[in-house]
Amino acid sequence: MTSVTTNLQDGPAPVNALEVRGLVKHYPGVKALDGVDLVVRQNEVLGLAGENGAGKSTLLKALVGLVRPDAGEIWVRGEKVKLRSVVDAADHGIGMVFQEQSLVPNLTAAENIVLGSEGAGVRRGIYRWDTMRKLAQEQLDKIGSHIDPLARTDSLSFADRQMVEIAKVLRIEERTSNPPVIILDEPTSVLESAEIETLFTQVRRLREFASVVFVSHRLDEVLDVCDRVSVLRGGQSVGEVPTAGAEPADLHRMMIGSTGSDDHYHEGLAEHSDEPARPRLVVKSMSGSTFRDVDLEVRAGEIVGIVGVHGSGREDVCRALFGAEPTLSGEVTLDGEKLDLSGTRGAVASGVGYVPAERKIEGMVGPMSVADNMMLTKQKARCTGPMVVPKKQATLVDQWIERLSIRTPHRGTQIGRLSGGNQQKVVLARWLVAGDIRLLLLDHPTRGLDIGARSEVYRLMRELANSGVATVLLADSLEEAIGMSDRIIVMNDGRATKEVSCPSGGKPTPLDLVKEMV
Amino acid sequence: MTSPAKADTDVVVPPRPRPRRGVSLLDAGPPIALVVIFAVFAALSSDFRTVGNVQNILDAAAVLAVVACGITFVLMMGSIDLSVPGVMGASAIAVALLVANNRNDNAWGLLGILVAVLLGAGLGCVSGMALVSLRVPSFMTTLGVSAVGLGVATLMFAGVQPNITDEMLRGWAVNRFLGLAYLTWIAVACVLVGWLIQRYSRLGRYAYAIGGAEEVLSLSGVKVAPYKVAVFTLAGAFYGLAGVMVTSQLSAGLVQAGKGYDFAAITAAVVGGTLLTGGRGGVLHSAVGVLLVTVLTNGLVQVGVSPYWQGGVQGLIVVAAVSAAVLPQRRRNQVTK
Repeated sequence: MTSVTTNLQDGPAPVNALEVRGLVKHYPGVKALDGVDLVVRQNEVLGLAGENGAGKSTLLKALVGLVRPDAGEIWVRGEKVKLRSVVDAADHGIGMVFQEQSLVPNLTAAENIVLGSEGAGVRRGIYRWDTMRKLAQEQLDKIGSHIDPLARTDSLSFADRQMVEIAKVLRIEERTSNPPVIILDEPTSVLESAEIETLFTQVRRLREFASVVFVSHRLDEVLDVCDRVSVLRGGQSVGEVPTAGAEPADLHRMMIGSTGSDDHYHEGLAEHSDEPARPRLVVKSMSGSTFRDVDLEVRAGEIVGIVGVHGSGREDVCRALFGAEPTLSGEVTLDGEKLDLSGTRGAVASGVGYVPAERKIEGMVGPMSVADNMMLTKQKARCTGPMVVPKKQATLVDQWIERLSIRTPHRGTQIGRLSGGNQQKVVLARWLVAGDIRLLLLDHPTRGLDIGARSEVYRLMRELANSGVATVLLADSLEEAIGMSDRIIVMNDGRATKEVSCPSGGKPTPLDLVKEMV
Repeated sequence: MTSPAKADTDVVVPPRPRPRRGVSLLDAGPPIALVVIFAVFAALSSDFRTVGNVQNILDAAAVLAVVACGITFVLMMGSIDLSVPGVMGASAIAVALLVANNRNDNAWGLLGILVAVLLGAGLGCVSGMALVSLRVPSFMTTLGVSAVGLGVATLMFAGVQPNITDEMLRGWAVNRFLGLAYLTWIAVACVLVGWLIQRYSRLGRYAYAIGGAEEVLSLSGVKVAPYKVAVFTLAGAFYGLAGVMVTSQLSAGLVQAGKGYDFAAITAAVVGGTLLTGGRGGVLHSAVGVLLVTVLTNGLVQVGVSPYWQGGVQGLIVVAAVSAAVLPQRRRNQVTK
């Protein structure tokens, strides 16, 4: 970071297409950007790398006017600018292809390309379809695409839609005489390998007349297509490297930095018996729409992490084990009994619990009380016959509030008012109240939690494992997966490609895993 | 891809979700259903398959078709409009009091009709403004506007029913051209105009796009709010015209002129393949839906289904038709509200 800052003090070199200096953005409780610096030169492809939460997306949003930074400056071609909206950014020649494809699915490709700046395509509110098709065709020709401009967008393949997006973004050339800066946010996440090659050809073509900022989780891609890579960590720029001669491992080391904490993952709590416990969950060649022939075994008391890049299919495997995602074939047994995965009821009845990644949307009912949320699934535990027995519920809920040390004023408090960590504990307690839990599926259980809360969730996981619960963990970071798991399954393009043993004292490094993941 | 891990030859790319083709059962289903239901009733009843009865069906569909035209634009955006009874009531009474009638000396003729339609557009505009500026969901704003419309109508009604003496407006319901009432031709014109707006105007295309992905429009620098207001205004104009048509049919202005047309029109639109979630369907879809509903009503009478049964049977058929339409889109764990 230091070298970058000193360079900048000489004033902006006019050759830089885009320059960011000391950008700061606070969100309540989080510093998303903490003095980020970035330089995009003319006609170069700059890679942007960083872990989840490193500040990449906030930075990109700031560059297209969707986020207003609290401090810091953005310079476009030697001119200081304030970007208030997407239109503002476009006027300065900055355009972005968004991660979630941002096309209107039920319009034609042509309409999407000219959307918001139809120009001659619309006269007095009336569409000139011919003109519009021609305008779109011009854009598509720029990138050498042969898509029919009048095709409905949702009838196109993902790769073609991406071409439409690029064609659309290139419309900003009409607004400015300067060469544009095109930002591609995770453009490869929905593409197949052959399509990715086409995209890369396209990116190299863009470089002829534009500057490109390329963001991807896959470091090999970043090294493949970019000229330089800028790395973010914790909302700060931690360095820039030319891609020539660099290895994914180098980048990854910069992205994660050093993690110096003593037993953050409560490894000391892990109990190890000499004789291996019996396998509790056995999955044999399970296939679904996004994963294939997955084999998995989890023993009682064991924590098994599944790691993989975006699109590896691990989330779907996790949901499938709960019956929330359809499985096409395969056999899943729990303690030797076949698990009914035709819906979520079978899993719940068999003592499987699932903590979803989207806590606020899928994990809890915000306006309901702590007690109601805790008793949501295991209704029988608070009822006699069909009736809720308030006293029974109060005793049970208070008992779990105490056991998990959930900090809440009262069991009747709205769960939405608790902190994230305490909310998550209530969500976990939901599976524990009936005392029949055998398998816990944790989908990013520490997402959005601060360090203290994370630590408490880790401790809970250890205690549950010690009591014999089998756990499948989709961790928020590789460190977390390594720290918590006894074994790690690596998933790659929908398949379980590697199993890495991960015992306390013999942990692999994140880099060992990254090698298997990409 | 040149990473070492990818160099393995046996890398299998998992099947990725393929985009569905644009034309689906949703588009083709309702017309097919219309033909089938028509054929079934024609086979069952000799009274049903007469030219006269087909004319009856088309005449009976006229008002609903005009209402459906308007409501389709609202539904395409993913909003809903329950203001139909109020808007129609207000415009029905307004036109009755503006053209030659037994209550006052007005005889504005066509101008009166235009004012009634504009009144409808104005009430629609209020719905739209409340939606975008107060950010109240359209379900509630339009329900409120409906009550306001009925209130305005009741005030104008003032306890004495205005019967119209205007020959032109009365003639619309009675005079025929090529076997169909003038009102039916007006409805046909409305469907045509509606389709042109939907296909060739920015308003229509944006209404469609708002239902498809509103946030994408904003990200593309389009200000969405004015288009929403415009769509509700346009819809209000259609309801206003429908109110005028009812007055023409009854030769009198009634506060209840639009009673039941709100849900009938929504039903027709949905049966025709316009989704309540927006972004699908259109004016032609809804027109087919209107015909389907009308043929059903007429056919059940003609084949002699007891009037006591008709309502229930009709309801069942509508639910069946709609569930068939959304069948291809069902997902596991889908939340339906």
